[in-house]
Amino acid sequence: METKNKAMLSGQHFMNGDVACAEGAIAVGCRFFAGYPITPATEIAERMARRLPQVSGVYIQMEDELASIAAVLGASNAGTKAMTATSGPGFSLMMENIGLAVMTETPCVIVDIMRGGPSTGQPTMPGQQDVMQARWGSHGDYEIIALTPSSVQEMFDLTIEAFNLSETYRVPTFLLADEIIGHMWERVNIPSAKSIKVVNRKKPVTPPSEYGPFKPDEDLVPPMACFGEGYRFHATGLTHDEYGRPKTDSAEVQQDLVQRLCEKIRRNSDKIVKVDRVLLEDAEVAVVAYGIASRAALSAVRKARAQGIKAGLLRLVTVWPFPDKQVEEVAQKVKALVVPEMNYGQIVREVRRVAKETPVIFLSKLGEEPHKPLEILDALGEFRK
Amino acid sequence: MTKKQLEMKHPYERFLRKERMPHIWCEGCGNGIILNCFARALDELDIDLNNVVVVSGIGCIGRISGYVNADSFHTTHGRPIAFATGAKLAKPELKVVVISGDGDLFAIGGNHFIHAARRNVDIKVICANNFVYGMTGGQYGPTTPLEAWTTTTPYGNIEQAFNLVHLAAASGAVYVARWTALHVRRLTESIKKALQKEGFSFVEVISQCPEIYGRHNKMKTAISMMKWFKEASEVRNFSDPAKADISPSRIIVGEFVDVEKPSYGRLLREMKAKLQTE
Ligand SMILES: Cc1ncc(C[n+]2csc(CCOP(=O)(O)OP(=O)(O)O)c2C)c(N)n1
Repeated sequence: METKNKAMLSGQHFMNGDVACAEGAIAVGCRFFAGYPITPATEIAERMARRLPQVSGVYIQMEDELASIAAVLGASNAGTKAMTATSGPGFSLMMENIGLAVMTETPCVIVDIMRGGPSTGQPTMPGQQDVMQARWGSHGDYEIIALTPSSVQEMFDLTIEAFNLSETYRVPTFLLADEIIGHMWERVNIPSAKSIKVVNRKKPVTPPSEYGPFKPDEDLVPPMACFGEGYRFHATGLTHDEYGRPKTDSAEVQQDLVQRLCEKIRRNSDKIVKVDRVLLEDAEVAVVAYGIASRAALSAVRKARAQGIKAGLLRLVTVWPFPDKQVEEVAQKVKALVVPEMNYGQIVREVRRVAKETPVIFLSKLGEEPHKPLEILDALGEFRK
Repeated sequence: MTKKQLEMKHPYERFLRKERMPHIWCEGCGNGIILNCFARALDELDIDLNNVVVVSGIGCIGRISGYVNADSFHTTHGRPIAFATGAKLAKPELKVVVISGDGDLFAIGGNHFIHAARRNVDIKVICANNFVYGMTGGQYGPTTPLEAWTTTTPYGNIEQAFNLVHLAAASGAVYVARWTALHVRRLTESIKKALQKEGFSFVEVISQCPEIYGRHNKMKTAISMMKWFKEASEVRNFSDPAKADISPSRIIVGEFVDVEKPSYGRLLREMKAKLQTE
């Protein structure tokens, strides 16, 4: 694969998920990557180290993940699209500054190629154990966006989408994949540069003297000035007013700020959330799955159909904000929901919350192997007429 | 303050966000002197403020980023250098200055300091060393002298202190200086030098904290702390930083390192240029 001096690849390529993620980032204009090697995300860093200098970008290997995420925030505030990639242990180290990104509304993309945890766990084995951490890992109340690719093609497509969402809403956006999706090789169709949708953060239209870096427009997102543009803005992780002034003892400012940080995502969730609906029209039982587990789920649903079981699949492309409406809609139509996850029960909690009376069957999987279609089919088999 | 004093224009007003005043620092604190010297350095060099970014961590001195009238970012505790590294590499035309405390830069953030110095990232780091964690009410830190009383060394400190200029020099900084808050002229000159130098430059400012440190260590007022600086400090330019440990009787100040070495940013640009022509 010859990539030298090419801003972007196009056409059909055979590559692994980590490489596809790096190529998606480059295609959408990411020009800064700071990271620290960790299995199974290292190939993203390696690809970025080779590719970014070719497109006049910056790759830097920092001393740890605390530094990596901090450098990403610095680069983003200097006006560059920036990202980092890691796995569980590194993800844990990033949590405090993910909160700073939320609080200072710094766009950035954080890729977590999930492996088995807790702690060092199983570095080379897949997992979906960090989905709750992505949502709640930093302290305080906030909302973020998280996407869950289930193929190498989606590693490319959803990395682009993650940047676009992050720039639109000025919010850290996560790409949550796992060891299998990261290391798996598949064919990827890369469209021409022209046909790729690229969203950039909106810039201030007011003169510097009137500019409030945290003064929102109607969509609750403030226009973003960057370093060196003459706005001389101040940003802080402290609770602040619309002008970035610390307000550490005002209940009102705290209320308004936290509310806006949450509502800018909640109120726009219809625009953010993406799901994939398969054979749900007449379904009597449905699988709700995301990422690696959704691949076996799709196969199980097809097999079930062949056996006369009216099964369908709701694949979550977005896990955060949680697709409440979409899951609820399916839950109301079916007799039961089946949720396979490579963890000990995380997204299933959300599914149960919105499914209300509808029974939810949880299929946990830990360790080396993903769910087998037959295991999911077994659960669906109970609904054979 | 009288009305007349309030109405007087400060000579460095254009460097300050006036609406943020009054600042949070205690009476007698050295942080105001550091801010003043920084403003004076910018003024004397006639640097375009639109190109300056001030990055700070958390602590009393960390609030400085909110007071300067430039682009500024108040990051998390310990991370200003890593943040500044990203900002500088993403936009090399910026002058990126980190101003933070001894705890922020050398305890929780120590790893970032040594690695940024090793890489020779073109950022300027000014450390307000007040020997203590001021913001949290006076606990000991990596620069607290032996035997000092702090709220977490109630029987006297038994930890050895870092010699910051030695650490900076050993880590690869191209410019290293130490002054006390009493040496305003020489401190300003060192800040100016740091601002003009290519590469990782470090200026340590020994700063008085009468309220939270001095009071408990036989120096009740700012004046008595500064008297200590005056009596103990010894200017020894380009002396061995390894021998510049601070003791009650001796604070060696001066410039310790001033060398030329290509910065990380320069090597990066050269690498990219080579790739373009290949
Ligand atoms: C992760 C984290 N741990 C602890 C703190 C609490 N904290 C705030 S400032 C500070 C020490 C600051 O000391 P120093 O950097 O020397 O600055 P000073 O306040 O003395 O100017 C500490 C421990 C924090 N904000 N974040």
